[in-house]
Amino acid sequence: MSEFISELTRDTYEEEVKRSELPVVVDFWGPRCAPCLALLPEVEKLAQEYSGRVKFCKVNCSQNRRLAVELKVMALPTFLFYKGGEVVAQLSGPDATKENIKAKLEELVR
Amino acid sequence: MAAYDVIIIGGGPAGLAAGLYAGRAKLKTLLLEQMLAGGQAATTDLIENYPGAPEGTTGSKLTERMEEQAKKFGVEFLMAQVTDVDLHGREKIVITSEGRYQGKTVIIATGATHRKLGCPGEEEFTGRGVSYCATCDGAFYEDLPVAVVGGGDSAITEALFLTKFASRVYVVHRRDALRATKVVQDKAFAEPKIEFVWNSVVEEIKGGEMVEALRLRNVKTGALQDLPVKGVFIYVGLVPNTGFLKGQVQLDERGYIPVTANMETNVPGVFAAGDVTVKLLRQVVTAVGDGATAAVAAEKYIEENF
Repeated sequence: MSEFISELTRDTYEEEVKRSELPVVVDFWGPRCAPCLALLPEVEKLAQEYSGRVKFCKVNCSQNRRLAVELKVMALPTFLFYKGGEVVAQLSGPDATKENIKAKLEELVR
Repeated sequence: MAAYDVIIIGGGPAGLAAGLYAGRAKLKTLLLEQMLAGGQAATTDLIENYPGAPEGTTGSKLTERMEEQAKKFGVEFLMAQVTDVDLHGREKIVITSEGRYQGKTVIIATGATHRKLGCPGEEEFTGRGVSYCATCDGAFYEDLPVAVVGGGDSAITEALFLTKFASRVYVVHRRDALRATKVVQDKAFAEPKIEFVWNSVVEEIKGGEMVEALRLRNVKTGALQDLPVKGVFIYVGLVPNTGFLKGQVQLDERGYIPVTANMETNVPGVFAAGDVTVKLLRQVVTAVGDGATAAVAAEKYIEENF
Protein backbone atom coordinates (compact mmCIF):
# COMPACT_ATOMS: atom_id res chain seq x y z
CA MET A 1 0.00 0.00 0.00
CA SER A 2 1.43 3.29 -1.06
CA GLU A 3 1.58 6.26 1.26
CA PHE A 4 1.16 8.62 -1.68
CA ILE A 5 -1.76 6.96 -3.47
CA SER A 6 -5.10 6.14 -1.88
CA GLU A 7 -7.03 3.11 -3.03
CA LEU A 8 -10.61 4.08 -3.89
CA THR A 9 -13.82 2.13 -3.63
CA ARG A 10 -17.37 3.08 -4.49
CA ASP A 11 -17.90 4.08 -0.84
CA THR A 12 -14.90 6.39 -0.59
CA TYR A 13 -15.04 7.99 -4.05
CA GLU A 14 -17.37 10.85 -3.08
CA GLU A 15 -15.34 11.88 -0.03
CA GLU A 16 -11.86 11.36 -1.49
CA VAL A 17 -12.41 12.78 -4.96
CA LYS A 18 -15.49 14.98 -5.16
CA ARG A 19 -14.85 16.79 -1.88
CA SER A 20 -11.09 17.07 -2.16
CA GLU A 21 -9.54 20.52 -1.68
CA LEU A 22 -6.61 19.57 -3.88
CA PRO A 23 -6.88 18.67 -7.56
CA VAL A 24 -7.18 14.90 -7.93
CA VAL A 25 -5.97 12.31 -10.42
CA VAL A 26 -7.55 8.85 -10.44
CA ASP A 27 -5.73 5.92 -12.06
CA PHE A 28 -8.14 3.17 -13.18
CA TRP A 29 -6.23 -0.06 -13.53
CA GLY A 30 -6.78 -3.81 -13.52
CA PRO A 31 -4.62 -6.83 -12.76
CA ARG A 32 -5.01 -8.17 -16.33
CA CYS A 33 -4.10 -4.88 -17.97
CA ALA A 34 -0.41 -5.10 -18.77
CA PRO A 35 0.03 -1.42 -19.71
CA CYS A 36 -1.59 -0.45 -16.38
CA LEU A 37 0.86 -2.56 -14.42
CA ALA A 38 3.79 -1.07 -16.30
CA LEU A 39 2.58 2.44 -15.45
CA LEU A 40 1.96 1.86 -11.73
CA PRO A 41 5.58 2.40 -10.59
CA GLU A 42 5.78 5.55 -12.71
CA VAL A 43 2.53 6.84 -11.22
CA GLU A 44 3.97 6.14 -7.78
CA LYS A 45 6.96 8.36 -8.61
CA LEU A 46 4.69 11.12 -9.89
CA ALA A 47 2.57 10.86 -6.74
CA GLN A 48 5.69 11.54 -4.68
CA GLU A 49 6.76 14.38 -6.94
CA TYR A 50 3.35 16.11 -6.76
CA SER A 51 2.77 15.30 -3.12
CA GLY A 52 0.89 18.15 -1.39
CA ARG A 53 -0.16 19.65 -4.73
CA VAL A 54 -2.22 16.88 -6.37
CA LYS A 55 -4.00 14.03 -4.65
CA PHE A 56 -3.41 10.63 -6.27
CA CYS A 57 -6.00 7.84 -6.14
CA LYS A 58 -6.33 4.52 -7.87
CA VAL A 59 -9.19 2.15 -8.57
CA ASN A 60 -8.72 -1.56 -9.08
CA CYS A 61 -11.40 -2.11 -11.70
CA SER A 62 -11.60 -5.86 -11.26
CA GLN A 63 -12.90 -5.23 -7.71
CA ASN A 64 -14.73 -1.98 -8.41
CA ARG A 65 -16.10 -2.44 -11.90
CA ARG A 66 -19.35 -0.75 -11.02
CA LEU A 67 -17.61 2.42 -9.89
CA ALA A 68 -15.62 2.50 -13.14
CA VAL A 69 -18.70 1.98 -15.29
CA GLU A 70 -20.66 4.61 -13.35
CA LEU A 71 -17.87 7.04 -14.15
CA LYS A 72 -18.07 5.99 -17.82
CA VAL A 73 -14.64 4.41 -17.69
CA MET A 74 -14.67 1.49 -20.12
CA ALA A 75 -10.98 1.29 -21.04
CA LEU A 76 -7.79 0.68 -19.13
CA PRO A 77 -5.60 2.37 -18.32
CA THR A 78 -7.73 5.51 -17.80
CA PHE A 79 -6.70 8.59 -15.86
CA LEU A 80 -9.33 11.10 -14.78
CA PHE A 81 -8.17 14.55 -13.67
CA TYR A 82 -10.40 16.52 -11.28
CA LYS A 83 -10.48 20.13 -10.21
CA GLY A 84 -13.12 21.31 -7.72
CA GLY A 85 -14.76 17.89 -7.89
CA GLU A 86 -15.28 18.05 -11.67
CA VAL A 87 -13.51 16.04 -14.35
CA VAL A 88 -11.38 18.45 -16.37
CA ALA A 89 -9.38 15.96 -18.43
CA GLN A 90 -9.19 12.27 -19.32
CA LEU A 91 -6.48 10.03 -20.79
CA SER A 92 -7.37 6.52 -21.96
CA GLY A 93 -5.79 3.51 -23.58
CA PRO A 94 -2.89 4.37 -25.89
CA ASP A 95 -3.08 8.06 -24.92
CA ALA A 96 -2.26 7.27 -21.28
CA THR A 97 1.52 7.62 -21.58
CA LYS A 98 3.80 8.86 -18.82
CA GLU A 99 4.52 12.02 -20.84
CA ASN A 100 0.83 12.82 -21.39
CA ILE A 101 0.04 12.21 -17.72
CA LYS A 102 2.82 14.61 -16.70
CA ALA A 103 1.53 17.27 -19.08
CA LYS A 104 -2.00 17.01 -17.63
CA LEU A 105 -0.63 17.20 -14.08
CA GLU A 106 1.19 20.41 -14.97
CA GLU A 107 -2.07 21.88 -16.30
CA LEU A 108 -3.78 20.81 -13.09
CA VAL A 109 -1.35 22.67 -10.80
CA ARG A 110 -0.88 25.70 -13.01
CA MET B 1 25.69 12.55 -21.45
CA ALA B 2 25.58 8.86 -20.54
CA ALA B 3 27.33 6.70 -23.16
CA TYR B 4 26.52 3.13 -24.17
CA ASP B 5 27.73 0.50 -26.59
CA VAL B 6 24.18 -0.30 -27.66
CA ILE B 7 21.00 1.73 -27.32
CA ILE B 8 17.90 -0.33 -28.05
CA ILE B 9 14.80 1.71 -28.84
CA GLY B 10 11.71 -0.36 -28.06
CA GLY B 11 11.07 -3.10 -25.50
CA GLY B 12 8.96 -5.62 -27.39
CA PRO B 13 10.19 -9.15 -28.13
CA ALA B 14 12.72 -7.89 -30.73
CA GLY B 15 14.22 -5.32 -28.36
CA LEU B 16 14.21 -7.73 -25.40
CA ALA B 17 15.99 -10.44 -27.41
CA ALA B 18 18.51 -7.87 -28.68
CA GLY B 19 19.04 -6.84 -25.05
CA LEU B 20 19.59 -10.42 -23.96
CA TYR B 21 22.24 -11.02 -26.63
CA ALA B 22 23.92 -7.63 -26.12
CA GLY B 23 23.95 -8.16 -22.36
CA ARG B 24 25.49 -11.59 -22.70
CA ALA B 25 28.15 -10.09 -25.03
CA LYS B 26 28.97 -7.74 -22.11
CA LEU B 27 28.06 -4.69 -24.13
CA LYS B 28 26.90 -1.71 -22.08
CA THR B 29 23.27 -1.65 -23.12
CA LEU B 30 20.36 0.74 -22.57
CA LEU B 31 16.83 -0.25 -23.51
CA LEU B 32 14.32 2.57 -23.96
CA GLU B 33 10.62 1.75 -23.77
CA GLN B 34 7.90 4.38 -23.75
CA MET B 35 5.03 2.36 -22.37
CA LEU B 36 5.26 -1.30 -21.65
CA ALA B 37 8.05 -3.82 -22.02
CA GLY B 38 6.68 -6.63 -24.14
CA GLY B 39 5.11 -4.35 -26.72
CA GLN B 40 2.07 -5.57 -28.58
CA ALA B 41 2.76 -9.14 -27.47
CA ALA B 42 2.32 -8.12 -23.82
CA THR B 43 -1.35 -7.36 -24.36
CA THR B 44 -2.03 -10.47 -26.45
CA ASP B 45 -4.14 -12.96 -24.54
CA LEU B 46 -3.04 -16.29 -25.90
CA ILE B 47 0.13 -17.10 -27.83
CA GLU B 48 -0.03 -20.61 -29.23
CA ASN B 49 2.56 -20.35 -31.96
CA TYR B 50 5.72 -19.71 -29.94
CA PRO B 51 7.78 -22.91 -30.00
CA GLY B 52 8.35 -24.52 -26.63
CA ALA B 53 4.94 -23.72 -25.17
CA PRO B 54 2.60 -26.41 -26.52
CA GLU B 55 -0.12 -25.56 -24.00
CA GLY B 56 0.05 -21.92 -25.10
CA THR B 57 1.11 -19.00 -22.99
CA THR B 58 -0.17 -15.50 -22.38
CA GLY B 59 1.66 -12.66 -24.03
CA SER B 60 2.21 -10.90 -20.73
CA LYS B 61 3.81 -13.96 -19.11
CA LEU B 62 6.07 -14.66 -22.06
CA THR B 63 7.31 -11.10 -22.40
CA GLU B 64 7.70 -10.62 -18.64
CA ARG B 65 10.10 -13.54 -18.64
CA MET B 66 11.96 -12.11 -21.62
CA GLU B 67 12.36 -8.85 -19.71
CA GLU B 68 13.60 -10.68 -16.62
CA GLN B 69 16.12 -12.58 -18.72
CA ALA B 70 17.50 -9.41 -20.36
CA LYS B 71 17.77 -7.70 -16.95
CA LYS B 72 19.62 -10.71 -15.58
CA PHE B 73 22.41 -10.03 -18.06
CA GLY B 74 22.77 -6.39 -17.12
CA VAL B 75 20.59 -4.48 -19.58
CA GLU B 76 19.51 -1.10 -18.19
CA PHE B 77 15.81 -0.35 -18.71
CA LEU B 78 14.36 3.16 -18.87
CA MET B 79 10.77 4.23 -19.45
CA ALA B 80 11.12 7.19 -21.76
CA GLN B 81 9.78 8.53 -25.00
CA VAL B 82 12.30 9.11 -27.78
CA THR B 83 11.69 12.56 -29.21
CA ASP B 84 14.61 12.90 -31.63
CA VAL B 85 17.69 11.10 -32.88
CA ASP B 86 20.90 12.00 -34.67
CA LEU B 87 22.24 8.77 -36.15
CA HIS B 88 24.72 10.05 -38.70
CA GLY B 89 27.76 10.69 -36.50
CA ARG B 90 30.26 8.10 -35.30
CA GLU B 91 28.48 8.31 -31.95
CA LYS B 92 24.69 8.17 -32.28
CA ILE B 93 22.60 10.58 -30.19
CA VAL B 94 19.19 9.64 -28.83
CA ILE B 95 17.12 12.40 -27.22
CA THR B 96 14.36 11.28 -24.87
CA SER B 97 11.86 12.71 -22.43
CA GLU B 98 14.31 11.67 -19.68
CA GLY B 99 17.55 13.00 -21.17
CA ARG B 100 20.13 12.54 -23.94
CA TYR B 101 22.04 9.34 -24.50
CA GLN B 102 24.97 8.47 -26.71
CA GLY B 103 25.55 5.08 -28.32
CA LYS B 104 28.16 3.46 -30.54
CA THR B 105 25.27 1.57 -32.10
CA VAL B 106 21.49 1.86 -32.10
CA ILE B 107 19.00 -0.96 -32.57
CA ILE B 108 15.57 0.25 -33.64
CA ALA B 109 12.90 -2.14 -32.38
CA THR B 110 9.99 0.26 -32.06
CA GLY B 111 7.50 -2.11 -33.63
CA ALA B 112 4.13 -1.07 -34.86
CA THR B 113 0.90 0.26 -33.41
CA HIS B 114 -2.65 -0.77 -34.17
CA ARG B 115 -3.98 1.27 -37.04
CA LYS B 116 -6.96 3.47 -36.31
CA LEU B 117 -10.08 3.25 -38.44
CA GLY B 118 -10.18 6.98 -39.03
CA CYS B 119 -13.98 7.11 -39.05
CA PRO B 120 -16.20 9.63 -37.25
CA GLY B 121 -16.73 8.75 -33.59
CA GLU B 122 -13.48 6.83 -33.15
CA GLU B 123 -11.57 9.59 -31.32
CA GLU B 124 -14.64 10.79 -29.47
CA PHE B 125 -15.44 7.37 -28.01
CA THR B 126 -11.90 6.17 -27.25
CA GLY B 127 -12.09 4.94 -23.66
CA ARG B 128 -15.91 5.02 -23.77
CA GLY B 129 -16.49 1.97 -25.92
CA VAL B 130 -13.70 2.15 -28.50
CA SER B 131 -10.72 0.00 -27.54
CA TYR B 132 -7.51 -1.34 -29.03
CA CYS B 133 -6.78 -3.79 -26.18
CA ALA B 134 -9.19 -6.65 -25.48
CA THR B 135 -7.17 -8.03 -22.55
CA CYS B 136 -7.29 -4.57 -20.90
CA ASP B 137 -10.94 -3.79 -21.43
CA GLY B 138 -12.78 -7.02 -22.21
CA ALA B 139 -14.10 -7.50 -18.67
CA PHE B 140 -16.09 -4.24 -18.84
CA TYR B 141 -18.35 -5.86 -21.43
CA GLU B 142 -19.74 -8.67 -19.31
CA ASP B 143 -23.03 -9.77 -20.93
CA LEU B 144 -22.93 -6.93 -23.45
CA PRO B 145 -22.69 -7.14 -27.25
CA VAL B 146 -19.40 -6.02 -28.79
CA ALA B 147 -17.83 -5.88 -32.24
CA VAL B 148 -14.32 -6.64 -33.39
CA VAL B 149 -13.22 -4.96 -36.59
CA GLY B 150 -10.69 -6.87 -38.71
CA GLY B 151 -10.02 -10.34 -40.05
CA GLY B 152 -6.39 -11.10 -39.25
CA ASP B 153 -4.79 -13.08 -36.43
CA SER B 154 -5.04 -10.27 -33.87
CA ALA B 155 -8.71 -9.61 -34.62
CA ILE B 156 -9.80 -13.23 -34.42
CA THR B 157 -7.67 -14.17 -31.40
CA GLU B 158 -9.06 -11.22 -29.46
CA ALA B 159 -12.62 -11.97 -30.63
CA LEU B 160 -12.21 -15.43 -29.12
CA PHE B 161 -10.92 -13.87 -25.89
CA LEU B 162 -13.92 -11.52 -25.74
CA THR B 163 -16.38 -14.44 -25.83
CA LYS B 164 -15.39 -15.03 -22.18
CA PHE B 165 -17.24 -11.84 -21.24
CA ALA B 166 -19.47 -10.49 -23.98
CA SER B 167 -22.97 -11.77 -24.73
CA ARG B 168 -22.23 -11.65 -28.45
CA VAL B 169 -19.12 -10.86 -30.50
CA TYR B 170 -19.64 -9.55 -34.04
CA VAL B 171 -16.61 -9.77 -36.29
CA VAL B 172 -16.87 -7.05 -38.91
CA HIS B 173 -14.59 -7.69 -41.86
CA ARG B 174 -14.31 -5.91 -45.19
CA ARG B 175 -13.79 -9.13 -47.15
CA ASP B 176 -15.73 -12.42 -47.26
CA ALA B 177 -12.89 -14.54 -45.88
CA LEU B 178 -10.48 -14.24 -42.96
CA ARG B 179 -6.71 -13.75 -43.17
CA ALA B 180 -6.13 -15.35 -39.75
CA THR B 181 -4.25 -18.65 -39.37
CA LYS B 182 -6.41 -21.68 -40.19
CA VAL B 183 -6.52 -23.16 -36.66
CA VAL B 184 -7.58 -19.78 -35.29
CA GLN B 185 -10.29 -19.52 -37.95
CA ASP B 186 -11.59 -23.01 -37.13
CA LYS B 187 -11.96 -22.05 -33.46
CA ALA B 188 -13.81 -18.88 -34.36
CA PHE B 189 -16.22 -20.64 -36.74
CA ALA B 190 -16.99 -23.19 -34.02
CA GLU B 191 -17.66 -20.53 -31.37
CA PRO B 192 -21.43 -19.95 -31.01
CA LYS B 193 -21.03 -16.44 -29.54
CA ILE B 194 -19.19 -15.17 -32.61
CA GLU B 195 -21.19 -13.86 -35.56
CA PHE B 196 -19.49 -12.72 -38.76
CA VAL B 197 -20.53 -9.62 -40.65
CA TRP B 198 -18.80 -10.02 -44.02
CA ASN B 199 -17.96 -7.45 -46.71
CA SER B 200 -18.58 -4.61 -44.32
CA VAL B 201 -16.73 -1.50 -43.22
CA VAL B 202 -17.41 0.87 -40.34
CA GLU B 203 -18.68 4.24 -41.56
CA GLU B 204 -19.29 5.73 -38.15
CA ILE B 205 -19.22 4.89 -34.46
CA LYS B 206 -22.39 6.25 -32.92
CA GLY B 207 -23.57 6.87 -29.39
CA GLY B 208 -24.42 9.38 -26.72
CA GLU B 209 -22.19 9.26 -23.67
CA MET B 210 -21.03 5.77 -24.63
CA VAL B 211 -20.94 3.74 -27.84
CA GLU B 212 -24.37 2.53 -28.90
CA ALA B 213 -23.98 1.31 -32.48
CA LEU B 214 -21.76 0.94 -35.52
CA ARG B 215 -22.95 2.32 -38.81
CA LEU B 216 -21.82 -0.32 -41.31
CA ARG B 217 -21.65 -0.17 -45.08
CA ASN B 218 -21.71 -3.32 -47.17
CA VAL B 219 -18.93 -2.87 -49.74
CA LYS B 220 -20.68 -5.13 -52.28
CA THR B 221 -24.20 -3.71 -52.15
CA GLY B 222 -23.62 -0.28 -50.60
CA ALA B 223 -26.38 -1.05 -48.08
CA LEU B 224 -26.13 0.67 -44.68
CA GLN B 225 -27.09 -0.88 -41.38
CA ASP B 226 -26.70 -0.02 -37.71
CA LEU B 227 -25.25 -2.76 -35.54
CA PRO B 228 -26.11 -2.18 -31.88
CA VAL B 229 -23.02 -2.79 -29.72
CA LYS B 230 -21.63 -1.32 -26.51
CA GLY B 231 -17.99 -1.80 -27.39
CA VAL B 232 -15.84 -1.95 -30.49
CA PHE B 233 -12.34 -3.43 -30.59
CA ILE B 234 -10.26 -2.31 -33.53
CA TYR B 235 -7.68 -4.62 -35.12
CA VAL B 236 -7.33 -3.42 -38.70
CA GLY B 237 -3.62 -3.76 -39.22
CA LEU B 238 -0.51 -1.95 -38.16
CA VAL B 239 1.43 1.25 -38.68
CA PRO B 240 5.18 1.23 -38.00
CA ASN B 241 6.46 3.47 -35.21
CA THR B 242 9.02 5.30 -37.31
CA GLY B 243 7.78 8.91 -37.28
CA PHE B 244 10.83 10.04 -35.31
CA LEU B 245 13.23 8.54 -37.90
CA LYS B 246 12.33 10.66 -40.93
CA GLY B 247 15.48 11.88 -42.67
CA GLN B 248 17.65 9.63 -40.48
CA VAL B 249 17.12 6.11 -41.78
CA GLN B 250 15.72 4.92 -45.08
CA LEU B 251 12.05 3.91 -44.83
CA ASP B 252 9.85 2.26 -47.44
CA GLU B 253 6.69 3.93 -48.77
CA ARG B 254 4.66 2.53 -45.86
CA GLY B 255 7.18 3.66 -43.24
CA TYR B 256 8.85 0.30 -42.52
CA ILE B 257 12.65 0.02 -42.38
CA PRO B 258 14.37 -2.07 -45.07
CA VAL B 259 17.20 -4.15 -43.58
CA THR B 260 19.83 -6.60 -44.77
CA ALA B 261 19.86 -10.23 -43.61
CA ASN B 262 22.09 -8.99 -40.75
CA MET B 263 19.54 -6.37 -39.71
CA GLU B 264 21.61 -3.44 -40.97
CA THR B 265 19.79 -0.29 -42.04
CA ASN B 266 21.29 2.05 -44.65
CA VAL B 267 23.13 3.92 -41.83
CA PRO B 268 26.33 2.24 -40.51
CA GLY B 269 25.97 1.30 -36.85
CA VAL B 270 22.19 1.49 -36.94
CA PHE B 271 20.25 -1.77 -36.97
CA ALA B 272 16.55 -2.58 -36.91
CA ALA B 273 14.64 -5.64 -35.70
CA GLY B 274 11.12 -6.97 -35.43
CA ASP B 275 7.81 -5.59 -36.67
CA VAL B 276 9.32 -2.23 -37.64
CA THR B 277 11.30 -3.82 -40.50
CA VAL B 278 10.16 -4.77 -43.99
CA LYS B 279 9.31 -8.48 -43.68
CA LEU B 280 6.79 -11.16 -44.52
CA LEU B 281 5.87 -12.37 -41.05
CA ARG B 282 5.40 -10.13 -38.00
CA GLN B 283 5.29 -12.50 -35.03
CA VAL B 284 7.09 -12.97 -31.70
CA VAL B 285 8.99 -15.91 -33.16
CA THR B 286 10.48 -13.82 -35.98
CA ALA B 287 11.03 -10.74 -33.81
CA VAL B 288 13.28 -12.51 -31.33
CA GLY B 289 15.42 -13.90 -34.15
CA ASP B 290 15.82 -10.40 -35.60
CA GLY B 291 16.75 -9.02 -32.21
CA ALA B 292 19.44 -11.62 -31.60
CA THR B 293 20.94 -11.05 -35.05
CA ALA B 294 20.88 -7.26 -34.62
CA ALA B 295 22.74 -7.50 -31.30
CA VAL B 296 25.44 -9.75 -32.71
CA ALA B 297 25.77 -7.51 -35.78
CA ALA B 298 26.12 -4.51 -33.45
CA GLU B 299 28.83 -6.31 -31.48
CA LYS B 300 30.73 -7.02 -34.69
CA TYR B 301 30.35 -3.42 -35.84
CA ILE B 302 31.79 -2.14 -32.54
CA GLU B 303 34.77 -4.52 -32.77
CA GLU B 304 35.55 -3.30 -36.27
CA ASN B 305 34.98 0.41 -35.77
CA PHE B 306 35.95 1.33 -32.20
